[in-house]
Amino acid sequence: MNLHATPEETAFRQEVRQFVETNLPDDIRAKVLGFLRVEREDYVRWQRILAARGWGAPGWSAAFGGCGWNPVQRNIFDEECFSLGAPRQMPFGLSMIAPVLMKFGTPEQQQHFLPRIISMDDWWCQGYSEPGAGSDLAALKTRAELQGDHYVVNGQKTWTSFAHWANWIFVLVRTAWDCKAQAGISLILVPMDSPGITVRPIRTLDGGHDVNEIFFDQVKVPAANLLGAENSGWAAAKFLLGHERTNIAGLGMCKRLLRRLKELSHTQTKGGRPLLEDIRWRDKVAQIEIEVLSHEWALARLISLEQAGQGLGTEPSMLKVRGSEIQGMLGELLMECAGPYALPYLHDALEYGYEGPTAAGTELNPLAGLYLDLRKVAIYGGTNEIQRTLIGRSIVGL
Amino acid sequence: MLADTVARFVETEYEFEARRKRLNSATGYSDSLWQTLADIGLLALNVPADYGGIGGGPVETMIVAEQFGRGLVMEPFAIACVAAPRLIDQFGSEDQKQRWLPAIADGTARFALAAGEPQARFDLTDIQTIAQASAGGYELSGAKAVVLHGDSAHWLLVPAIVQSTAQGSGEPAMFVVEAGTVGVSCQGFPTIDNQRAAEIRLDKVKVAASQMIGVPGQGHLLLEWTVDQALAALSAESVGVMDKLTELTCEHLRTRSQFGQAIGNFQALSHRAADMRIAVEQARALALMAAAHCDNQDRIQRRRAVSAAKAMAGRSGKYVGQQATHLHGGMGMTDEMACGHYFKRLTAIDMTLGNTEHHVALYGEFL
Repeated sequence: MNLHATPEETAFRQEVRQFVETNLPDDIRAKVLGFLRVEREDYVRWQRILAARGWGAPGWSAAFGGCGWNPVQRNIFDEECFSLGAPRQMPFGLSMIAPVLMKFGTPEQQQHFLPRIISMDDWWCQGYSEPGAGSDLAALKTRAELQGDHYVVNGQKTWTSFAHWANWIFVLVRTAWDCKAQAGISLILVPMDSPGITVRPIRTLDGGHDVNEIFFDQVKVPAANLLGAENSGWAAAKFLLGHERTNIAGLGMCKRLLRRLKELSHTQTKGGRPLLEDIRWRDKVAQIEIEVLSHEWALARLISLEQAGQGLGTEPSMLKVRGSEIQGMLGELLMECAGPYALPYLHDALEYGYEGPTAAGTELNPLAGLYLDLRKVAIYGGTNEIQRTLIGRSIVGL
Repeated sequence: MLADTVARFVETEYEFEARRKRLNSATGYSDSLWQTLADIGLLALNVPADYGGIGGGPVETMIVAEQFGRGLVMEPFAIACVAAPRLIDQFGSEDQKQRWLPAIADGTARFALAAGEPQARFDLTDIQTIAQASAGGYELSGAKAVVLHGDSAHWLLVPAIVQSTAQGSGEPAMFVVEAGTVGVSCQGFPTIDNQRAAEIRLDKVKVAASQMIGVPGQGHLLLEWTVDQALAALSAESVGVMDKLTELTCEHLRTRSQFGQAIGNFQALSHRAADMRIAVEQARALALMAAAHCDNQDRIQRRRAVSAAKAMAGRSGKYVGQQATHLHGGMGMTDEMACGHYFKRLTAIDMTLGNTEHHVALYGEFL
């Protein structure tokens, strides 16, 4: 592993920084860095700005219209974008279904869907979890029954991010029953405007709406929309998991939260002095920054392993666990920064450009909601208990 | 008996869906249920019998507060039914007791405590609001921050620094201000746990001398004592919230099935539930200690007991709230499950009248 950036990497970082600083719209930057609400059209706008630069698909090979970057370049790009206030590029199309299309899809599927993912003419969502299939995803029950040239899909998916903004969904469905659970699962691509699909918003405890339930009632899907062979869906899902191991670390979010924490630690006061001058508080900020540094270098080590083509063992699981715990702690500290002023919470003031009354300004208003929202990171992407089981099995070896 | 009365109230009126429908009302609670609480005598809990109350004290308060916590009762309690009547009873003149105690008992005088100020963070001794002596009384000017239930209160308890040439100048005093008095402007906001808190501005608000409780120079002591009564009640309420939340979590672990079995079978999760239970018991123990000492004449005994209880309530509450959410999985993140509402109340209580860190620091002053 290179302990220092090469001149090429430094130049690349500068190029990315320059581009983002110049081309990221001010309103989007303000929404992202202020933890305000980011709208559908903000994500689309930024994606298209990147696409126009040829950076719409940082993780894809050039053959498929991507940048063909190595893992180090990808990491530099992600870090700069995140740090400068760019909204994340939606992963469901770019990082989840696209690699599966490239590996298991037909040429027709690839030619049709891949460019539309880059242009964001299609917004994809992920139909995996069900009320009875969370950690135990293989227990899924949504079924697809072949009738001639189409499947009929019945069932329910839950916790589907941005389904209310999506026009396509990739769904894990059951297509065989008299076998081990994993062996009877298929992956199918479904237009969201198919008759029989109902999307129901799920309000989260911070009062927001990002996730949904989706009901499938006799939904007809062309058989050609199957991705890969019938009953190979579990392999596709596992391939996906193996393919995208470093994003789950959430380093960009950790650094964005830390930066905000330090800004507020200067502006918030205690006894008339900046909060950061309070030794108790200063120690807390120092401690969490040390955690973030450790996380940053751990991710860099992992990326260099990836770069060298070495197999990734338990490192991604470890990074997921630590990244989620650090984000949780940062959420706590950010809320604590506001002291008693984290108690008032005005949903309307999360809107960019809100000019109505607040208790203490729009910068403190989001913090309690952010704290609550960040509790999800330890739950999603494989709960921390699942991750610890994987690590434990691997290292203890029983 | 008292616990049964309150438990019955909670069972009847605070079924989760019924409560959910009442969220985000204009006041953050129900005027009709406030009347119900008056009718069953709970508003009279800390009013002496001589003034139309039932003459209860810190232990009764602890019992009621815990039951209220279990049900996530939204009607004002810690100030309106505990701190305010106890302050007036302990430090008020006979006239003041006659004027306010019976009305507190029947619900027609609902008090809020306007203690924190925008610059003060959690430091209640940081008072910039002034009370300028004038003919017949004082004129109050200043700003008060995050006043719980401030926008629906009939009366505000307002600490202010007295400015006059007479004795007691530069010293804090505790004033009672009627809501709607000329010069009082009040902006209410929803809180993270669906209650309400207000930013209040006082602009030369005229109060009579009879609206000062105690004497100038006593203000810090009065304020500290008043807040200590509320802290004991909040600590007990927090115990009720986290206790019920732990029960809900155990229920979830018993009934939620993944990988062919109840997830409570997985040792990692049942151990977590055990740790939650331990955290609840630690908080409960100190809430008991706070109830034992919150009216102690020995200031140091009182302060230690109450700050220890509030610090522990915050620490245990944070742990129980976070773990309960986690153990409920994705469902724990939703608004439609009770879990999240309990978590939010625990979070809000910790931010009220000083968080864990603040009370650990206060406790440290008496080591």
